[in-house]
Amino acid sequence: MQPVRFLDAGEQALVVEFGDGIDPALNAMVHAFDAALQEAAIPGLQETLPTYRSVLVHFDPATIDRAALSARLRELAGLAARGRFHPARRWLVPVAYGGAAGIDLDDVARALELSTAEVVRLHAGAEYVVYMLGFSPGVPYLGGLPQRLHLTRRAEPRLRTPARSVMIGGQQAAILPGEMPSGWHVLGRTPVHPFDLRRAEPFLFRPGDLLRFEPVSEAELARLEARTDWLAPVERLA
Amino acid sequence: MSALVVVAAGPGSSLQDTGRIGWLRHGVSRAGAFDRRYQAAANILVGNDPGLACVEMTLAGDSYRLDAESALVAFAGRFRLRIDGEDAAPFRAHLLHRGQTLSVGPAEGEVRGYLAIAGGFDLAPVLGSLSTHVRTGIGPLGGRALRAGERLPLHQARAPARPPLAIDPALLVRPPAALRVMLGPQDGHFTPEGIATLFGARFRVTADADRMGYRLAGPPIAHALGYNIVSDGIPPGAIQVPGDGQPILLGPDRQTTGGYPKIGCIIGPDLGLLAQASPGQELTFRQVGIEEATAAELAERRFIAGLAGRMRPAGAAGLDSGLLLEANLIDGVIDMNAPEWRGGNEEAGQ
Repeated sequence: MQPVRFLDAGEQALVVEFGDGIDPALNAMVHAFDAALQEAAIPGLQETLPTYRSVLVHFDPATIDRAALSARLRELAGLAARGRFHPARRWLVPVAYGGAAGIDLDDVARALELSTAEVVRLHAGAEYVVYMLGFSPGVPYLGGLPQRLHLTRRAEPRLRTPARSVMIGGQQAAILPGEMPSGWHVLGRTPVHPFDLRRAEPFLFRPGDLLRFEPVSEAELARLEARTDWLAPVERLA
Repeated sequence: MSALVVVAAGPGSSLQDTGRIGWLRHGVSRAGAFDRRYQAAANILVGNDPGLACVEMTLAGDSYRLDAESALVAFAGRFRLRIDGEDAAPFRAHLLHRGQTLSVGPAEGEVRGYLAIAGGFDLAPVLGSLSTHVRTGIGPLGGRALRAGERLPLHQARAPARPPLAIDPALLVRPPAALRVMLGPQDGHFTPEGIATLFGARFRVTADADRMGYRLAGPPIAHALGYNIVSDGIPPGAIQVPGDGQPILLGPDRQTTGGYPKIGCIIGPDLGLLAQASPGQELTFRQVGIEEATAAELAERRFIAGLAGRMRPAGAAGLDSGLLLEANLIDGVIDMNAPEWRGGNEEAGQ
């Protein structure tokens, strides 16, 4: 394991970097550190942004001196690197695969030389971890996609990828909250809204959450989409 | 209900307070006023807290009609201003009566200005803030830029009984200067020559410049380790350098994460200078360390906290040349660490 690095990011932020790759162990360290930071409630620490391999820490320089903050962060980073991260929640996300809901499923199966059933079995058989949220509000970047499903992104990004698309791209998987451009492959659609400002908790997923996909029929998808009171099943862990 | 009615809106007008703090981890940009010094000045002129939501205008400006008994308004920015067709001065408060029209724009030599109204807008915060992030539709008024016909509800139906204040714009001027930059987080991804280019060359602001970012044109900044990194958080003022070596300066609406290396970050107090930089203008950069950057940021906060003490009754004759001399503005040098800038009005403290 490489030593934790502290990188300058202006006078009101700094980056605590645990490594340089996309890797579950590295990301677990990021989340353990981020959780420790939340718990420590350091005066002057404004907010943190955990990503694949680092945490961007925003602070108020009028409240805490940067050197003092760094010392405190170094201490917590050491503990986080030795400790284990315990995810708090596991989501079960229904997906209607293929057809109109998953316009790229056939192409993906062809490119990977698998049957569509095999693609679905692999995708729905894995457990994913929310590595980070980014790109746009509420988009979970999921780690844990089986290697057999790794596939380079589309040569031409699709200008309008439908909302709530369940997608794969490279070694990653994601769910798209709203309609937007994307170069990822759409395997299906979920009734789950990752981001909805009308909800008490607008953002469904938190960094570090676990997630599984459950295949449902198009009829079941339509039924769940029509319900306004429906919430994705979540299991409280730990 | 009392409201300021938007009669016509420029393309870059939106509500902004000091930004949306605490949602970066969910992919939500902070947004917030690009030029916080002008935003604070507009608010203080009408008796508001410095960070209250204002309308931020970009180049074009808007016009409004008052649908309330009366209101105290102020505009901070180098824009043309008219009330019922008559020229009116920016950087001072004006009393508007029901049915009067306030027209702002176009900008005259700068880019961004702020309209404040006493008591502020009676709108529900979205995720704790009245800032608007148009790209993702997050903010009041459906997260959109201002549109003609929109009613901005007001907290106060009539203007507070207080004499209108003014501030000498010369006190707010930031003489053109190199933008101060702290290296990092990914300065290690660049060659020594690349870093020397950033601090030695002149870069031109292209037409591709908005609240999200400013694309610059200049000699390419050379990467040492390629131009892709594992996506990480984008700090305020970050200078990211994509494959073509042309830097992009990221503004308040920047995306939360990105995969281009960030050679450095513009320090907080100099983001206001960037906010007023227009396409075609040339920019240079100067390297500073953490001590100088922190001192400059804290000095800017003291300056803003002290603005209330610099207001004068509107209509008082002449410029306050004594203050100007004292502030050493006549020859264009401001020493923000001078005792002159310390202290200030406690009421307006942050």
